Amino acid sequence: MFALANPKRFLDASAPLLPWLAGAAALALGAGLVLGLRSPPDYQQGDTVKIMFLHVPAAWTAMMAYGLLALCSFFSLVWRHPLAAVAAKAAAPLGAMFTLLGLVTGALWGRPMWGAWWVWDGRLTSFLLLLFLNLGYIALWNAIEDETRAARAAAILALLGAVNLPVIEFSVDWWTTLHQGESILRSGGPLIAPVFLWPLGLMALGYTLLFLTLWTVRIRTEILERRVRALLLAGAA
Amino acid sequence: MSAALAMGGYAAYVWPAYGVSLLFLAAAVVLTWRAYARARARLAALETP
Repeated sequence: MFALANPKRFLDASAPLLPWLAGAAALALGAGLVLGLRSPPDYQQGDTVKIMFLHVPAAWTAMMAYGLLALCSFFSLVWRHPLAAVAAKAAAPLGAMFTLLGLVTGALWGRPMWGAWWVWDGRLTSFLLLLFLNLGYIALWNAIEDETRAARAAAILALLGAVNLPVIEFSVDWWTTLHQGESILRSGGPLIAPVFLWPLGLMALGYTLLFLTLWTVRIRTEILERRVRALLLAGAA
Repeated sequence: MSAALAMGGYAAYVWPAYGVSLLFLAAAVVLTWRAYARARARLAALETP
């Protein structure tokens, strides 16, 4: 992994990988969508169970995105890898998008099932905080002109915010909530029937692969933009 | 067909969820690709004298 922590090598290594990543994401999303829309209504939730195939993958991907953002921030703070700060910065807008998607699909599921678009419980509130952490991270990058200082400040914010990830994860156990508990990755096996588990798994895979594809393209974009800035500076000197 | 579209009476929640998800993901793909193409074009213009 450290061998890839060099912008030039990342550009070379990621180029042949991209079409495969994108293709696999499209396949998983397509298959998940077909299986999901053809799944039967749930005996309790009716057809709103079809929102699960969108809501759960979006929320998972949002948390993974922030986890990766925090991990890259850690690398950029401790080892000063040039690529780590770029990778963290590139993940934030995607993380914000998936978080917002998790919130919106959650509201559309909560209204018919709980009778409320929104409740201020532990899970929903900590997930809303995740959105603000992503947006705050982006704002901090934009607020500080000097790139090295901006990277440091943003990385520190990202690491402080990482405390929120386990809070989201365990919020359904710690506090009374309307939100259902963990029903997939639990000891004793999933609580969900295979007819729902397959589309859910495929959509989660598709969301993850789509995130990885877009993240890679955004890292490449940032590397190219930095090269443009360096060339312009050299030309002006 | 119309029974499938009705989503057992939950069409007003299920279809907007699919619509907004498609919209967000498609927008992310388009914006990401546009920024990438723009960066590549700018760099190419600078590198060819």
